[in-house]
Amino acid sequence: MNDFNATMARLERAQPGKVILWTLLFIGGVIMITPIIFMVSTSFKTGQEVYELSIIPQKPTLENYIFILQESKFMRWMLNSLWVATFSTASVLFFDSLVGYTLAKFDFRGRQIVFVAILSTLMIPTEMLIIPWYMMSRSFGWIDTYWGIAFPGLMTGFGTFLMRQFFMNLPDELIEAARIDGWSEFAIWSRIAMPLVIPALSALAIFHFLGNWTAFLWPLIVINDLDLYTIPVGIASFNGEFQMDWEVVMTASCLATLPTLLVFLVLQKFIIRGIMLAGLKG
Amino acid sequence: MTEVTLDGVNKLFGSVTAVKDFNLSIDDSEFVVFVGPSGCGKSTTLRMLAGLEDVSSGSILIDGQIVNNVHPKDRDIAMVFQNYALYPHMNVFDNISFGLRAKKLPRNEIETRTYEAAEILGLNELLKRRPGELSGGQKQRVAMGRAIVRKPKVFLFDEPLSNLDAKLRHKMRAEMKLLHQRVQTTTVYVTHDQVEAMTLADRIVIMNEGQIEQVGSPAEVYKKPSSQFVASFIGSPAMNFATGVISQTNQGNSLVTENGEDITLVDCDITDARKIQLGFRPEHMLLSEKTKSSKGHVCVNARIKVVEPMGHETVLTCNAAFGEIVGKCEGDKQFQVGEDIHFQIRSDHLHYFDFTTGLRI
Repeated sequence: MNDFNATMARLERAQPGKVILWTLLFIGGVIMITPIIFMVSTSFKTGQEVYELSIIPQKPTLENYIFILQESKFMRWMLNSLWVATFSTASVLFFDSLVGYTLAKFDFRGRQIVFVAILSTLMIPTEMLIIPWYMMSRSFGWIDTYWGIAFPGLMTGFGTFLMRQFFMNLPDELIEAARIDGWSEFAIWSRIAMPLVIPALSALAIFHFLGNWTAFLWPLIVINDLDLYTIPVGIASFNGEFQMDWEVVMTASCLATLPTLLVFLVLQKFIIRGIMLAGLKG
Repeated sequence: MTEVTLDGVNKLFGSVTAVKDFNLSIDDSEFVVFVGPSGCGKSTTLRMLAGLEDVSSGSILIDGQIVNNVHPKDRDIAMVFQNYALYPHMNVFDNISFGLRAKKLPRNEIETRTYEAAEILGLNELLKRRPGELSGGQKQRVAMGRAIVRKPKVFLFDEPLSNLDAKLRHKMRAEMKLLHQRVQTTTVYVTHDQVEAMTLADRIVIMNEGQIEQVGSPAEVYKKPSSQFVASFIGSPAMNFATGVISQTNQGNSLVTENGEDITLVDCDITDARKIQLGFRPEHMLLSEKTKSSKGHVCVNARIKVVEPMGHETVLTCNAAFGEIVGKCEGDKQFQVGEDIHFQIRSDHLHYFDFTTGLRI
């Protein structure tokens, strides 16, 4: 009773603004978490039970997991996604930071034009680029290759912009000191500038990795070979022509979430810092 | 043997001239200080010397070789920056040895030279620490360590003490002088602090609006400033000035100030009635009972406005008939605001500057 009174007293003292804020956050949290709960729950249900709205399965089963891991090409798709996302992220970290550094720290004719040109690529929606990308891939023989999936994301306007902003905050004296110390421009970039923007690199790596991991439209178009499917395309392939095996789709989705969850748990310190620094919403 | 020459050096940023016709020869082992107010071009000149800024016209020579187009790393110079520019992600050892690693020296030599530099600067205990864990003075020493470890031909210092508090600045100034006596490397040092310039320099270069006003030893620029600008810049508190026109009287020359005050100038040999600025330093103003100029001395009468006791001396801001003046007196005397006092200044301590050109007469 004392606890209840104390709680009520605290609530009375609380500012109305804060109460509204917490309520909204609570509702938002529920909206976000509900589909995830249903996804996990459905993955342990049988086909007959899928359309029942109970959270706890009546007859929990691991059959869906066994099916996914043993009878589908899920692990292969997982490796495909892992390879493409890792390769593409490594490329973005290298090229975006190199270009961002150049735009931030070197004064050359046309620098502003180059920067604006790179920025303007952010305004072109992916859907518009799909056809030219496809025609290009067909001409170069990149259909049904890893390279075909990865090439549009090897360098991004967003990443270049993000890295440029971070490098601009780097004191010029550090670079000048290293220049006088006798290091080449590339060595200054790799040994001085890069270690000092690790939070930005981490944020960029996470954004790009997750973006690639969940990419659906382009891999669907450029890949026809079942062995080269990425996870989202593979999951979509579980959709039958006349029926939908939701329990299988949900199980695959659960498994597909694990690597991203792992990335988040390992790098969450950097993600939050990165988001704060970049002023972006995650 | 390293001599540095700047021959007719100009620097333009767009249409703005930052440095104009800069000519200077710096001898081997010499400690030269560039001093001047903010924006006078001293740091730009140093950066051109370092190769961090292009030279618009003119030549920079190190040991007789024109280095205008030589990359900073190939000039064999070391620079200490105002904000130290220590690499935050490296410890002190790595910061000091970073330049040696660029030269790809053998590991043993890198270690020996780094420990040597650390020993000279008393950094042995701090080698494992990162810059974030160091005090201002320690960071300053690491920055100097990074410079001396490379044994360069020329040291360049860009206002290295300006971020330190007064006490530490004094200590580091002494250390810097000691270091120069020890390594005897040609040094160019930029500061806006005239005390630093006076105490450290073999020669001072006083700059104003991109040009050299005067080059000379600390004693020369103090005793014989070439212009009113130099006179007002060197010395603390600054030199006092009275503006007026020279007029001939029976007793000799006198300076008739703008508000009609007559200051008798004994031993003044300016004969034409020209407008001048008469300068005298606070430390040369002696308290006296006499209210008039006498042989060898000029008298200035004033009323005390502010008294600033400093312990060993007292600084008096006073109102004279021709304007505000500042005087220095011994610390054991007592003064009252509003009190009338009389100063005598030896005529050989007076400085005369042309009003129009500002040049010494």
